[in-house]
Amino acid sequence: MSAHTETALGLTESRGAGGRILKAVVYLLVLIVFAGPLLALLVSAFGHVKDPTQLSVVPSGLTLDNFRIAFDQGVLAYLLNSFLVVGFGLLLQVTVSVLAGYALARKKFPGMALVLVAILATLMLPEEILALPLSLILSDLPVVHLNLVGTLAGMIVPLGAWGFSILVMTEFMKDVPRELEEAARIDGAGDLRIFAQIILPMCKPALGVIGVFGFTMIWDQYLLPLLVSTDSSSYTLPLALRTLRIDPAVTPGVVMAASLLALLPSVIVFLFFQRSFVSGLSSGALKG
Amino acid sequence: MSLDQAEPAAASAAAPGVPGVRKPGGGAAAGRRRRDRRSGRWWTPWLFLAPALILFLYFKFIPMANALTMSFQDVQPYLGNRWVGTDNYATVLGSTGFREATWHTVVLAAGQTAGSMALGLALALLMEGQSRRLGFVRSAAFLPVVVPIAVVAELWRVMYHPTGDGMLNSLLGLVGWGPSGFINDPDTSMASIMLTGIWRGAPYDMMIFLAGLTSVDRGLYEAAKVDGASRWQRVWHVTVPGLRSVFSILFILAAIRGLRVFTEVFLLTNGGPDGSTEVVMTLIYKLGLEQNRLGVGAAGAVLLFVATLILTVVVQLLRRRESK
Repeated sequence: MSAHTETALGLTESRGAGGRILKAVVYLLVLIVFAGPLLALLVSAFGHVKDPTQLSVVPSGLTLDNFRIAFDQGVLAYLLNSFLVVGFGLLLQVTVSVLAGYALARKKFPGMALVLVAILATLMLPEEILALPLSLILSDLPVVHLNLVGTLAGMIVPLGAWGFSILVMTEFMKDVPRELEEAARIDGAGDLRIFAQIILPMCKPALGVIGVFGFTMIWDQYLLPLLVSTDSSSYTLPLALRTLRIDPAVTPGVVMAASLLALLPSVIVFLFFQRSFVSGLSSGALKG
Repeated sequence: MSLDQAEPAAASAAAPGVPGVRKPGGGAAAGRRRRDRRSGRWWTPWLFLAPALILFLYFKFIPMANALTMSFQDVQPYLGNRWVGTDNYATVLGSTGFREATWHTVVLAAGQTAGSMALGLALALLMEGQSRRLGFVRSAAFLPVVVPIAVVAELWRVMYHPTGDGMLNSLLGLVGWGPSGFINDPDTSMASIMLTGIWRGAPYDMMIFLAGLTSVDRGLYEAAKVDGASRWQRVWHVTVPGLRSVFSILFILAAIRGLRVFTEVFLLTNGGPDGSTEVVMTLIYKLGLEQNRLGVGAAGAVLLFVATLILTVVVQLLRRRESK
């Protein structure tokens, strides 16, 4: 057996039938525990589930009624809100981050250390703690005096300040070879062209990481949208789940159908970009 | 995340940088001096930084400063705020409600952290390897992390249905237990929230442990085997020490995640029944939004931030001392 397949438990070495059965049982158990509840959600969304006791992984007929009722309850509008927030929020976040990353990685200027420390410091600042003062700020933005409470813009604009993405971009852009930039400069290219045509195209892996992470983060947001939205017209889908559940006329099957719509986008993004996701996750955590 | 709330942000809080990602070739120092002379006007970098700086100012720094000032004020919208010194802090620290919420938060954070790390390590050890089938099981096990927290909470609410024919109760019934009230019973409500948190936290920890396992020196396994070490001796003496930095990172991440917990508690129990699951963030939310006592809420938030900060600094210092 080659060295790189050696594992801590050495489970791959177990050749006997007993070992193989044991492994299969363990994997099955893991699947039941972690994927089982999600399977129950999927099955219930398409089943005749009128009562919370009917949640099960065993299908109880196949129907689209739950989705039909969910759509009548305005779930499509909530879904649209969620997509607007994640679309514009991610666009803003990525744009701001690549611009800032360029300055921090490719330039040397007085005050740079201070800016870096300030951005790093915000990573230590849990969003939840800032949520209340942030929602007050949004009701009357200093200097410009805009009130963004009750609007989707109020959920979108704060997403632009995301230290994680800036740091990822900065680290990555530092490693783009200087020669490329030099050559372009001799040809008379300005900073904007160097940024857009030389640095940015070389940063695709990093863009993948911040895109995937940004998407999942924004899609998962709860407290800020909760504080910013004043009525159901600005609810995102995760917020609407609670209103649906509280409504006595809505059955758990309908809540599960809406939940399925709320989880599909982030699960799809994860499955498609698993590599970016896992590499960003593990390396980000492990380097410290 | 906050893939967090699986925490992509927090993940890098401990350490910026993406060494796992393929990077273009190494930098070159050649021609650096010439570049500096030609690198344009002094304000060019600030132009690139401007959007970030404005947004950070508006949505991070001003709110933080406001939280600090509000914590020393009696906040009265439209009437003007009144300076009250440390009254808010005295109110917060003196109230039984806040003390209980703090205790609940610590219990929940500790339980979720320990549970997720233990289960995550077990999963990582069991599922380390390169076969395609393993990759599938790992991906499936990881799904809870990417499911939005609001969905997780709604799903578990239904699973926790307190009658005998609720989903989890009928499973308990198979082995002759239950029915449990789960989140509806003050005796089990906290444990139920913890269980949901571990369900979502363990696969995250598993992924990080798996990444850590790849950096454990394979040669040491061989050496241990040659020396006649048993499987468990190998794990205990080679793997666990090799994962030391992973443990401390995961500890910080999970502890911070635990201290700021809000959404799952808000949706599963909203602090009930009988306040048995009230945590600091749900209390702050109620103080701020439902009772309009923004100053007191802000004082609570500042205290929570200080606790987070102290925890992070202490763990970092311990790590640094250890590595010396």
